[in-house]
Amino acid sequence: MQVVLSRIGAIIGVLALGLLLAVAPPAAAQGVNSDGSVNPTASSVKEDQLFRELNRISGRCTIPDQKACTIEQPAGRDWRHFHEVTLRWIGGIAILGMLALLIFFYLARGMVRMEYGRSGRVLVRFSTFERLVHWMTASCFVILAITGLNITFGKPLLLPLLGPDTFTVWSQWAKYAHNYLSFPFTLGVVLIFLMWIAWNIPGKVDIEWLKEGGGIVGGRHPHAYRFNAGQKMIYWIVVLGGGAVAASGYLLMFPFYGTNIAGMQIAQVVHGVIAVLFVAAMLAHIYIGTLGMEGAFEGMWDGTVDVNWAKQHHDRWLEQEASKGHAAPPARRMQAAE
Amino acid sequence: MARMKFLCDADRCIECNACVTACKNEHEVPWGINRRRVVTINDGKPGERSVSMACMHCTDAPCQAVCPVNCFYTTADGVVLHSKDLCIGCGYCFYACPFGAPQYPKVGNFGSRGKMDKCTYCAGGPEKDGSQEEYEKYGANRLAEGKLPLCAEMCSTKSLLAGDGEIIAQIYKERVFKRGYGSGAWGWRTAYRETIAS
Repeated sequence: MQVVLSRIGAIIGVLALGLLLAVAPPAAAQGVNSDGSVNPTASSVKEDQLFRELNRISGRCTIPDQKACTIEQPAGRDWRHFHEVTLRWIGGIAILGMLALLIFFYLARGMVRMEYGRSGRVLVRFSTFERLVHWMTASCFVILAITGLNITFGKPLLLPLLGPDTFTVWSQWAKYAHNYLSFPFTLGVVLIFLMWIAWNIPGKVDIEWLKEGGGIVGGRHPHAYRFNAGQKMIYWIVVLGGGAVAASGYLLMFPFYGTNIAGMQIAQVVHGVIAVLFVAAMLAHIYIGTLGMEGAFEGMWDGTVDVNWAKQHHDRWLEQEASKGHAAPPARRMQAAE
Repeated sequence: MARMKFLCDADRCIECNACVTACKNEHEVPWGINRRRVVTINDGKPGERSVSMACMHCTDAPCQAVCPVNCFYTTADGVVLHSKDLCIGCGYCFYACPFGAPQYPKVGNFGSRGKMDKCTYCAGGPEKDGSQEEYEKYGANRLAEGKLPLCAEMCSTKSLLAGDGEIIAQIYKERVFKRGYGSGAWGWRTAYRETIAS
């Protein structure tokens, strides 16, 4: 029995050896140089090969901080190009482009006046709570925007003016302001989402409104409920854009919780791109709420708007409010003011 | 002027971690910060290699490029240094660095990482060479004393080389020629955009 087993063993051994020889790579890769000396590199890991597999080289290290076990990640160079070049172009074009557009628009169209003048009667447009939430979010947004833009544009624009020491002091405070004001800002976005969702579901009237160019480009006044299609767009930009900057921002603020270095780079890219587009969109919002339209700002500041303003821009909403007894229909006064 | 570089001959590194220890001791580096570390790739498998890695003092350094407050500067010797007085601890240099060199003294939530710390090539910082202030912030300034980085100086197998790039590249090439093999200068293509034929 033992003899048979050893025979089988020998046969298997010979077969295995034959198989090995059959699949063996050429001489150079066998770990032998042409002169017969040993070549340990032939079988060792190689930088090029590791890069081809992952574009990143990691191993085992004895340091508790496991991030130290990645010795090379050239992707940092791509991220650098994004941060130093791409983001500046996107931000520059979006923000300066929007400013140029608004200036052009102001010169061409001017302030949208109240066509029938003021009626002298007002109705409540935003409650105290709504205005509080709006201005909390808005003031946080302005500071977040300035301090955030400082990280991308401060070095080329502000640093030469302030000098390195002053610029560092400012940037340090700006960073803390950016980090901590994110909390009231996020709260504001959540509250805005909840308190205005009921009036911001897109509907048929919005399609008409957009076809008419919102009455701003054309001369007509498309129908609108409490919020027209433009305002609904701003609402969704705030809710979705604000949600995205908040989520990516918290990833940046709590680094490496569930993200690796590639995740941090992606979070910064998402945060940067959405933030500059957000700023551009808000410039348009600020314009139309102040310089662009007569009688709009007081709605968010005092909480009330003139009845004729409501008639002109939010006719369906005025009808709804009137039917609830919140405002008398502005029949004769409107014409009298003409 | 010399162009200072590091070169780790991975075929010689025995993962003794003496470079790591020497660095920590020479510069009184605080707990949790490792300016240099040894990483073993394919540990325990045939063909494993250990590489000692720190800041490579890159040509056109990514950290320097992305720093929002411009706290980095490259010396005439090609050493990439930074000012802890200007650093705001934003962490961007760590995202850009191909070698994971920047370190922060604290965990970092709410942007409270503290001032970045990294390998200085034993060349201190912007303070006066050899001053107490420089030592406390950046550690010893051996380069000003005419000495090379301690990690490479005391490497037991002379795997880690430091010095003028052309000279250490020449030493490495001669080694590879004599022994007949070499896995290349790890990180050189990423850091200096060049490779040494092996």
